[in-house]
Amino acid sequence: MGATQSAGAAVEEKPIHILWINAGLSCDGDSVSLTAATQPSIEEIALGGLPGLPKIAVHWPLIDFECGPEQGADTFIEWFHRADRGELEPFVLIIEGSIPNEAIKEEGYWAAFGNNPATGQPMTTSEWLDRLAPKALAVVATGTCATYGGIHAMEGNPTGAMGVPDYLGWDWRSKADIPIVCVPGCPVQPDNMAETLTYLLYQAAGQAPMIPLDDKLRPQWLFGMTVHEGCDRGGFYEQGQFAKAYGTPECIVKIGCWGPVVKCNVPKRGWINGVGGCPNVGGICIACTMPGFPDKFMPFMDEPPGAHVSANGSGMYGAMIRRLRNITAKTVDKEPKWRHRGPELTTGYRR
Amino acid sequence: MTMQQEREGLVEMSWDPITRIVGSLGIYTKIDWKQKQVVECYSTSSVFRGYSIFMKGKDPRDAHFITSRICGICGDNHATCSVYAQNQAYGVQPPHLGEWIVNLGEAAEYMFDHNIFQENLVGVDYCERMVRETNPGVWEKAKNTPAPGAAQHGYKTIAEIMTSLNPLEGEFYREALQVSRTTREMFCLMEGRHVHPSTLYPGGVGTVATVQLFTDYLSRLMRYVEFMKRVVPMHDDLFDFFYEALPGYEEVGRRRVLLGCWGALNDPDHCDFSYERMSDWGRKMFVTPGIVVDGKLVTNDLVKINLGIRILLGSSYYDDWQGEQVFVHRDPLGNPVDVRHPWNQHTLPKPQKRDFDGAYSWVMSPRWFDGADHLALDTGGGPIARLWSTALSGLVDIGYVRATGHSVIINLPKTLTKPEVSFEWKIPRWSNALERNRARTYFQAYAAAVALHACEKALGEVRAGRTQTWEPFTVPKDVNSVGFTEAVRGVLSHHMVIRDGKIANYHPYPPTPWNGSVRDRYGTPGPYEDAVQNTPIFEENTQENFKGIDIMRAVRSFDPCLPCGVHMYTGDGNVLRKLHTPHAFASGAA
Repeated sequence: MGATQSAGAAVEEKPIHILWINAGLSCDGDSVSLTAATQPSIEEIALGGLPGLPKIAVHWPLIDFECGPEQGADTFIEWFHRADRGELEPFVLIIEGSIPNEAIKEEGYWAAFGNNPATGQPMTTSEWLDRLAPKALAVVATGTCATYGGIHAMEGNPTGAMGVPDYLGWDWRSKADIPIVCVPGCPVQPDNMAETLTYLLYQAAGQAPMIPLDDKLRPQWLFGMTVHEGCDRGGFYEQGQFAKAYGTPECIVKIGCWGPVVKCNVPKRGWINGVGGCPNVGGICIACTMPGFPDKFMPFMDEPPGAHVSANGSGMYGAMIRRLRNITAKTVDKEPKWRHRGPELTTGYRR
Repeated sequence: MTMQQEREGLVEMSWDPITRIVGSLGIYTKIDWKQKQVVECYSTSSVFRGYSIFMKGKDPRDAHFITSRICGICGDNHATCSVYAQNQAYGVQPPHLGEWIVNLGEAAEYMFDHNIFQENLVGVDYCERMVRETNPGVWEKAKNTPAPGAAQHGYKTIAEIMTSLNPLEGEFYREALQVSRTTREMFCLMEGRHVHPSTLYPGGVGTVATVQLFTDYLSRLMRYVEFMKRVVPMHDDLFDFFYEALPGYEEVGRRRVLLGCWGALNDPDHCDFSYERMSDWGRKMFVTPGIVVDGKLVTNDLVKINLGIRILLGSSYYDDWQGEQVFVHRDPLGNPVDVRHPWNQHTLPKPQKRDFDGAYSWVMSPRWFDGADHLALDTGGGPIARLWSTALSGLVDIGYVRATGHSVIINLPKTLTKPEVSFEWKIPRWSNALERNRARTYFQAYAAAVALHACEKALGEVRAGRTQTWEPFTVPKDVNSVGFTEAVRGVLSHHMVIRDGKIANYHPYPPTPWNGSVRDRYGTPGPYEDAVQNTPIFEENTQENFKGIDIMRAVRSFDPCLPCGVHMYTGDGNVLRKLHTPHAFASGAA
């Protein structure tokens, strides 16, 4: 966005810069996703639409106003060079895309972002990480590619791609003692990213304690439950009702859904503004938030091995439950008998 | 332009990465500062991921889940195209309702994606802040120019439109950003998640089709239709003004009319996905496929289109695959298939130093062979090629839209506060930056109009009790297939070869490899390069304050979507060393 926006009454407050590198091996889907956020929206974050948010300056390729040439005015990449020279304090570094292994080849680059002024050649994304990570207030990995490697780190890939924690080290901490913050999802769920960013800004402003992360560096409040625990088809599972074909409302665990073991809040939160999702709207959960994604869940459309046993158990138990519920359901599906016309009052009222 | 001599005064200018696009694009140019013209341009991409490599040996049913991840703004187009290719391979025809749901999802993607790109990314190039900083004279004129469509869109002057487009502060900028969300809600109703769908499968969709699904969609769609009744005249006013304010602006981003469109939005009554009948059902698509050269329709036959595709190298970081295994000698109709066709391509990456005399990009050079020449087709960002092709073929007629042979008429019904409106997109005089942008706005209305048709058809199925959305299938051991559709930015094809029940070869060709392609082995530059070369500079700034807005407008009009960069050279003083490539000047500027 380039513009420095003021939040609240703070005058001449030094902004927190947000440097966004989308040049990992990515699809830019996490950038696009953030534009879909409504809780809060990017304009609310940038213009200080929430109380107490610090002033920020965002340098984000997807929607930045600035786009001048290297040799002219308003050069976008110059912000990153300034951060590298220690002239941009403080800043949060956001990485989108997996980090290819540049050490496995003789020359050239797998992924680069702008040029290295010293050589005139493209500056690799991993070199940017080497240069900027030690100077950053916090490093955020957005989307499953940046967090754990994701699709581009699939078996048989030529680039040796990995996640940011694989590259920097899982125990890495910023100079402010903040671990790498991982927000997985392929792409990241819009509000999950907007909310994590907001949390970090509050933390940077001294208004929130250290962001609570689990052992895979995920925000605990977002990734503490499984898809299944939040899925509105869970009732069908309990009753032993399983879909054999796509497009029906029953539980889809037998046709490829990994929901019971996947940590993700999408069935609860929906995809955008509460609309959409995965198993809740008829899409199998392919586990796109998980460190084992994608290889451990392929072929996606087959029944997960574990689901066979548990679903059979629920099949027997569920059949019985359903019979009992049917009896109760018939009773409660009728109105009480005292609601009628006529001269008599039969509600049980007594003077 | 003929070959430029070693001219004094060529200035090198480069933009890398370019902002307000999707992915990493670098543009490297040389500008003749005295003549105020770009003389040479190279586009380069800075990311390689290797889909065609890591998909080998995988279960073919995983193809759409994987290939969706190619693109973060139109991943669903990839998933759809992959499902089309799989449907052909497995010989499965989804229930009609499943196809209408896919059409509604894809139409919502066009409505969303063109909207956010036009107003929040491209639009900034035409906003008050940008115009004031690059062309103060134009801004002064805009303040005094009444907007002819004021009654429709509410902005009294062109300057008011520009102010409204200012990033974040502009009222219309923020409204459009919000519209990009409600259209994505429409998308998620049909395909589950944006941008990588959860409910698409070969054989149909997993979406549960109820009356509520279509009520939720239609309510949002009608609000969008009302929005478009303001947006079409507003953009007509804005783009017309640039022609008027800056005479000669038609040359910005102009190139020869060399457009490709692979067709989109299948008609379930006709499409059975078979290769053998592809020529017929392709012509029934709600966006007609076609190749348009110098304003003439060359073909609208998908089989012919398929057979003409060639993947050339020349300036890309790959080894040639000559001598490697040939997967497909003949197509299912018995036609010979070239070794440089995607069915037979091998991707052999070879990372190396960037050298503008040699290899300088991860993008290859797709071309369409017409029997004599390897044409560097472009998509113009999608809409201009789609509307041009549809208009010339004159086949679409569904009430809400009608192709006339020279134009496309879009009929929008009454909405909350606005009466019925008809818009007519007429074939323009040029394939240039402003017309690419104008077509984008019209195509948003077109997509909404087709969605109205699809919504009626889908609801008709549900009301008739036909609620099945998916059809089972089996995967054959050995087969090859192709899917064609239009990604938001233009042509999209997925070519798949299955051997022994596994993926043996898979090559997706999205629009950006076409548009952002590099000089091929014959020296023919790619469309961005070609369109930027010879672009005149209208910006009023000095070299020190130069933003290159005209060049950026030329590049962004193609709606670039890739991790790559364009570097430019401007004239006056800077001695060009390694990057100065006279032979490239000669071939490039022809």
